[in-house]
Amino acid sequence: MWDYIKLISFGLIALIAAIAADWGHDLAYQVHAALIMLVAAGMFIWQLRHMDTDAQLDTSGYMDGVIRAGVIATGFWGVVGFLVGVFIAFQLAFPALNFDWGQPFTNFGRLRPLHTSAVIFAFGGNALIMSSFYIVQRTCGARLWGGNLAWFVFWGYQLFIVLAATGYLLGATQSKEYAEPEWYVDIWLTVVWVAVLAVYMGTIFKRQEKHIYVANWFLLSFIITVAMLHIVNNLSIPVSLWGSKSVQVFSGVQDAMTQWWYGHNAVGFFLTAGFLGMMYYFVPKQAGRPVYSYKLSIIHFWALIFLYIWAGPHHLHYTALPDWASTLGMVFSIILWMPSWGGMINGLMTLQGAWDKIRTDPIIRMFVMSLAFYGMSTFEGPMMSIRAVNSLSHYTDWTIGHVHSGALGWNGLITFGALYFLTPRLWGRAQMHSMAAINWHFWLATIGIVLYAASMWVTGIMEGLMWREVDANGFLVNSFADTVDAKLPMYVLRGLGGAMYLTGALIMGWNMWMTIRAGQRVPAQAGVPAE
Amino acid sequence: MSDGSFTNRFLKGHAILERSPTLLLGLSLAVVTIGGIVEITPLFYLENTIEDVEGVRPYSPLELAGRDVYIREGCYVCHSQMIRPMRDEVERYGHYSLAAESKYDHPFQWGSKRTGPDLARVGGRYSDAWHVDHFMDPQSVVPESVMPKYAFLMRTELKTEYISDLLATHRFVGVPYTDEMIEQAEDDLRVQADPDGDWDDMLERYPGAAISNFDGQPQLTEMDALIAYMQMLGTLVDFSTFTPDASR
Repeated sequence: MWDYIKLISFGLIALIAAIAADWGHDLAYQVHAALIMLVAAGMFIWQLRHMDTDAQLDTSGYMDGVIRAGVIATGFWGVVGFLVGVFIAFQLAFPALNFDWGQPFTNFGRLRPLHTSAVIFAFGGNALIMSSFYIVQRTCGARLWGGNLAWFVFWGYQLFIVLAATGYLLGATQSKEYAEPEWYVDIWLTVVWVAVLAVYMGTIFKRQEKHIYVANWFLLSFIITVAMLHIVNNLSIPVSLWGSKSVQVFSGVQDAMTQWWYGHNAVGFFLTAGFLGMMYYFVPKQAGRPVYSYKLSIIHFWALIFLYIWAGPHHLHYTALPDWASTLGMVFSIILWMPSWGGMINGLMTLQGAWDKIRTDPIIRMFVMSLAFYGMSTFEGPMMSIRAVNSLSHYTDWTIGHVHSGALGWNGLITFGALYFLTPRLWGRAQMHSMAAINWHFWLATIGIVLYAASMWVTGIMEGLMWREVDANGFLVNSFADTVDAKLPMYVLRGLGGAMYLTGALIMGWNMWMTIRAGQRVPAQAGVPAE
Repeated sequence: MSDGSFTNRFLKGHAILERSPTLLLGLSLAVVTIGGIVEITPLFYLENTIEDVEGVRPYSPLELAGRDVYIREGCYVCHSQMIRPMRDEVERYGHYSLAAESKYDHPFQWGSKRTGPDLARVGGRYSDAWHVDHFMDPQSVVPESVMPKYAFLMRTELKTEYISDLLATHRFVGVPYTDEMIEQAEDDLRVQADPDGDWDDMLERYPGAAISNFDGQPQLTEMDALIAYMQMLGTLVDFSTFTPDASR
């Protein structure tokens, strides 16, 4: 019966998508409808060929197939995201790279959302979903709940990525940073996200270990908060059901506040709480040591999630947002420094008694450097949220540098570490194909980040000072174009830093490929909590 | 050891949370809603959030179409539309931006980065012909510029058939477009780019709208729309009648 419902649904979706492709008002919508039609038709045929066959699945062990797929997807999207990033970095140095023949598809304005979404949601999102599904099984001693629902999450999320990415290139965007996808892509992501929550909660409910491990607190709050942020920030009314264009419900100052409430907490919950969940599993496992302080984890968890939500208005200092709101944002951002460092301390001190591993274990070194960058950028963030500092740093490259020391340093390195942890385990190998290659990756990435952050500090502070420079008579000294000109050498250096980081990721891709090729998919037995 | 017993009681209490996924989920959701409620909701009812100024009107259909080109091309990733009240910014860009000036912006376009200059008051600063040259090849007028070329806008005819729907959707979310404005949208859109046309009614509906053959070509293109949008930015408020509210 269930098979027939699925068959009919796929058929209907394919039909409606075909109509939508025909009636669509704009190119992005038509291409998306055609894509959905092809996917649904493919699923229809697949379903038809598998009617009434009762495939006996072994459901006794952990469900690792979907995690293997997630590991590969994370590596793949990482390389794609970094590649686009390096390209647009050089576009800013050499505008001729906005190719005449590529207009408008290869223009910076369309590629930049592609870069940010690819690294945050495709690379980071796959890393988070993949590792949360791995962690929740291991710490609960239970197979993922919901059968193939986890596979729906995986493929549904990849579809979301493809729709978002092609949408930007074809001109479908609602222009809200890190929430650019249009209304139907947002609805689809909501459906997938509900499935993420269902799989995750379902697995926790059938856990064998009574106590819910700390990593799961962070991952749970990441999943539920991102759902809230996503829905509120994307409230919009489509102009037509047959077009991609929609109109935001909020406007002006309210929309700005909502956007940065979302935007800052995409950092706070997607890139911090979620990744802290990863940290709380992978760092103790790789170090072979228990988490440093249980009490600290309680305090910094509740403090972090409570305080982070307030920090958004520091993106709007001196704007038309009322002062009371931006002051609240500043105060909470500064307080947030402490719980942020709580996570860093808990992670670093977990190595107590195992510090020698920094020397001997390149994966531990990756985790430690990741925590160091986390600590650095969560100090830099509160500092930049202070009004006086922000008056200089806002609108400049300093912000870009800050974001990248967090994203490349903290999120990137910890994900690489997690991939190096997971790949051999999931494919039945003792360790990665090449440990030397991990070392190369570590140093390329670290030096790349340093070049990136340092060059952005220089350009950011320089342009901030140049903009406000006045002569003895009170006239502005520099035209805007002067400041653009002055940044060129640093833009080239930034691009080189990015290229080094990309090279490291390519080495990782090769290393993963070699490890997987010689390995085999080993089934994992369930029922050993905290394994 | 009263301190110790408090810690113990606290940990015992927390242990309940650590054993109940529902409580953990519910409480963490409750904790993360507070900040947003306190910071966002008052902006909808505090009366001094948006200044009371003369002149701010809904976008004309051509300007709105141009704004959609601006959004589609991701102009907001490099250009802000928010002048801060600092000496150098006011000197460089003009009067600091008011909340009222973006009250019909669904979504807002304040931006977060100035790879290029602020555009909040770019309206009327340059001629239409300068804008055409600049969009065709930015480096030809500003050699240091790193802006991409937007020459394709000159070749892309502006789609006009859904403009009434677009205005109607904006009205649905609170922009005060009248029935007449929505009915006349397509005509208003065309006539704004046609100085020889009969644009009196359009100008009455959208006071201060620039009327010009923006791109200098006979056909109506996306370049017309984008320049019409550029030329109105920051021009609506008469700052000679504006008094700031000290309590804001």
